[in-house]
This record gives sequence, C-alpha cells and structure tokens, in this order.
Amino acid sequence: MPSLAGLFFWMNVKIENIKKLNVAKSLKLDCGKTINNFPLAYETYGKLNQNKDNAILVFHALTGDQFVTGINPITNKEGWWVTAVGPGKAIDTNKYFVICANVIGGCMGSLGPKNINPETKLPYGLDFPVITIKDMIRAQESLLEHLGIKKLLCATGGSMGGMQLLQFCITFPDKTFSAIPIACSSSHSAQNIALNELARQAIMADPVWDNGKYVLKNVQPKNGLAVARMVGHISYLSEKGMQEKFGRKLQEKADYEFSFNADFQVESYLRHQGYAFTERFDANSILYITRAMDYFDLSKQFKGGLTEAFRNQKTKFLIISFSSDWLYTTKENKDIVIALNASGADVSYSEIKTDKGHDSFLLDEPEFLKTLKSFLDSMHEKFKNEKRI
Amino acid sequence: MKKEFKVIADLLSDNTRVLDVGCGDGSLMSLLKKEKNIEVRGLELSQENVQQCIHKGLSVIQGNAETELHQFPDKSFDYVVLSQTLQAFFEPEKVLRDLLRIGKSVVISIPNFGYWKVRTKLLLFGKMPVTKTLPNTWYNTPNLHMCTIKDLFNFCDEKDINIKKVVGVNEDKTSLINKSNLEIKNLFSKLGIFLIG
Repeated sequence: MPSLAGLFFWMNVKIENIKKLNVAKSLKLDCGKTINNFPLAYETYGKLNQNKDNAILVFHALTGDQFVTGINPITNKEGWWVTAVGPGKAIDTNKYFVICANVIGGCMGSLGPKNINPETKLPYGLDFPVITIKDMIRAQESLLEHLGIKKLLCATGGSMGGMQLLQFCITFPDKTFSAIPIACSSSHSAQNIALNELARQAIMADPVWDNGKYVLKNVQPKNGLAVARMVGHISYLSEKGMQEKFGRKLQEKADYEFSFNADFQVESYLRHQGYAFTERFDANSILYITRAMDYFDLSKQFKGGLTEAFRNQKTKFLIISFSSDWLYTTKENKDIVIALNASGADVSYSEIKTDKGHDSFLLDEPEFLKTLKSFLDSMHEKFKNEKRI
Repeated sequence: MKKEFKVIADLLSDNTRVLDVGCGDGSLMSLLKKEKNIEVRGLELSQENVQQCIHKGLSVIQGNAETELHQFPDKSFDYVVLSQTLQAFFEPEKVLRDLLRIGKSVVISIPNFGYWKVRTKLLLFGKMPVTKTLPNTWYNTPNLHMCTIKDLFNFCDEKDINIKKVVGVNEDKTSLINKSNLEIKNLFSKLGIFLIG
C-alpha cells in the first residue's frame, strides 16, 4: 500500500488531468473577500442537443464531487449518483446533457483549502476564505456561461445539493426551467449544525490537523476525519434501517471479544467507511463545506422570510422528501413547499415512503426514481414547447 | 370520461386558476387543463396517485386536505374543487371553511344519500346501502359524514354560505336544483354538485 503522502501526490497528479474551467472573473464572496482566476472542476455526461433544451445541472452534496456517474477517475469507484444518472436511468444521459461541478471549498479540482494561496505560495489551509452556499452557486454560474447554456431544462440535487439548488433558483431566477430539490432544507436546523460541529470538532481534535497546517506536510488528520465521516454515516441512516441492516450482529466472530475492537458489525462498518473516506477527501474541505451549510438560511436573506425569497419564481418545482429522513425531515421539505405555494410558484411535492433514511436519494429506490423520471420527461416536453413558441 | 367531471368542468370558466383537493390520479385536472386552459394544481394523499399526476405533467402536492390546507393563501385560486370527498373528513365544516377561504368559489360534489335506491335499501332490507356511487360496506367505508343533497343545501343556508348553482346528476342526465324542486331532485339524483362561495 502506498504511503499517504504518496497517495496524495498520486491523486494530485490525477486531479491535474480532470476537466477544469479557469474562472477569469473575480468573485466577491459573502465574507467580503474576493477570489479571482480560480479553477472550477466539472464533468459532463451525454450530449447537449442543437436546441440546447436538454441540459441538466446537478449540484452535489457535502462529500460528493463532479463525478456523478460512470467510474470516478480519481477513486476508480462508481460515481455517487450512478443509481439515478446514466444511459437508460431516470436522468437518462442518452437523452439529457448532465453537468456537475465540484463546489469551491471542495477538494476534487475546484478552488479549495488545498490549493496554493498566490499570496504566500503555500497551500491555503485555514487562510482559505469562509465560503457560503451562495458563493458556491455563483461560482458555478460561470460554467453555464462557458458551456453556452442560457437556460437549463432542469437543475437538481439532494441534501446540500438541494440547498445549492434553492439558492441558485433565487439568485438566478431565469436560469432553469424546472428544479428538483431533494431531501434538503431552506435553513440548517440546530440539530444539523450540531452534527456538523461534531464532525468539525473531531477533525480539530486530531493533533495531526495542526490548525489546518497538515497540508504543508502532505499528511491528513485521518483519525479525526474518519470520526467526522462516521457521524455523517449515522445521520444518513434511519434507526429502523440501521437495526435491520446490522442489528446486534457480530463481525466475523462467535462471541464478544471483551475488548474495544470492532465486535459489532455496525462498528466495523463505521470504521471502514470512516477510514476509506480519508483516502479521497480533504479534512479542511469538510470544515469549510459544513460551515457553508450551517450558514445557509434563505429566509435571512429576505425581509418577509421564505415566501418573499420565492416571489416571482417562474421555475417549476418538484420537492421530494423521504419518510425516514431525520436529517432533512419531511417537515423541513414541506416548509419549502408551503413557501413556494404561498408565493404562487408552480410546485409539486412527493414524500417517498422508505426506511432508508437520508441516504435514500442515493439508493435504488424505485418509487423515487420513477417520480424523478416522470417529472423530468414531462418537463422536457413543456420546455421544448416553450422554446418553440 | 365521468359525467361528474364534465359537469364540474362546465361550471368553471376558462383560463382560471383551480385547486383540485383530493385530485386522485389527475383525470379531472387533465380535462380542465386540456379543454378549458385552466391552470390547475392538485392536493392528493396517496403516493401512487401523486406519481400518476406527475407522470401526466400535472402539478400536485402530496398531502392531507384535513390538516394541510392552511398552506394555501386566501383567495389564491378562482375555484377550489372537492370531488366526492367532503363526507370522508373528520371535520367537514372546518375543511369547507378552508376551501371557501382559499377559493373565490368552491365546487363540491357529494354522493347523495337521499337517492331513492339508497333510501329503499335501508328501508326495505334494513341494511346499510351499497350502490355504485357508495360501493363500500359499513365497516370499511371511508365515509364518516354521509349526507343528502338536501342536507348540504340546508347546511349552506344555515351557515350563510352563498349557493350559486346546484346540479343533480343521474347517470347521463343532469338537472338544475333549486329550492322548489329540492325534494324531488334529492330523491332522483345520484350525485349533487354544488357551486358555492
């Protein structure tokens, strides 16, 4: 097995080879600082048709990246939304042109805390400016310009992807014909801030983290980052789903070991997921992206709250939530529906019954995928008609 | 096409905004959209029906009319339609008040418990009536508050709810109902369709 430093070097070499747009214009961030000439890494699937009426923008979640489907060339694993996106899938890449960009603050090629700070010629670490969800989507707008897309057929995303999408629809009200926010929220709840803080504190408690300066030494606070990921994994499942999947099953042993090794399958699962994550994700990126999520509060941006935020929306919305999701609950998703309704927007809503928790949007949930496909295909017909007129 | 939906469609003006509460699989919504260019939204409880609506390109919100009508602003629709569902609510009066708040007008259809076949089944056989419009038996019926056309007529009177039009439906025949023919129409209509508000 290669050393971690070696692995990082090798990943960086591969990251050099992925699609990147150099955003030449400067972007004033919500925190007041400005970034300019920054890289935005992205991937596309399928072909943009001549009428340019088949483009779909996907926003990724906290630990996602631009590699939505197929094989992720960096990790050599399947893309994070292979269940929904691909040839013949709900978001059919034989028919649609799918675009996804790595968020700024991320670590898959877009400007993030791992990049070199032009002022110091050293990796940013904690000198990287604190970014917001709005900063993320404003950065991604440049990509649509670059690809020559004036108006998307649809934009979609789950979890933090849904949050980006809501912000996108409000900041750029004419950029997408339809929108499918999935399992998200219009403002981060106390519980979600608390869980994010737990993840951040786990990273910061790891001595290797060293105030974010580990990047200079080409190492990674693996232990802290792994715990942060474990917290995430617990929150993505439901109590019932977890009980059904693991119960009290022991990990390849007949009885308790009377030690602190991973006796239970659920422990083993968390450890595996936690440490596997450290090989593909940067600890400082987790700090920055979770912070962006915590700061997200659409109603704060508008006097008059959420209804005012959605005033004059022409975009056609489909909101989807999952019954067993306790991270972004049906109630939080319904609040978005209520606000859209109150503002007179065209909104549909469906709650998918499932035991699989927040993770459901990434899984093979037939009812969910059917709903996604139905909506998208009917929107495509409407969008084609609108373009014809 | 159900006669009931045709009657409801005829009651609504073209190019208006309509909320269909308990929209089912979206059949009525499709009709209103296609034939009257009505901008129509639905509220529906069942996930399967919601999916059908989305498949048809209709805007629908999955939710419970009994508890979730509060999300719709006052007078945000020209019409609110409630087809054969009023009798299934725990609190029909409360729901009705909400419908009248949301819509400038409200269209309600009810299966008429005063229809002669229903009356005779109970009178002659001493059993709770099971008919084409009332297909369930007493133990599995979703209908909690059955009423007759006359009941709803009187209810609107008592509660100062303005009745604009009432149509009685029996198979393919329809007829206007007013105070003077109420008794007879209440006996011979399977369905009553009220335009109120």
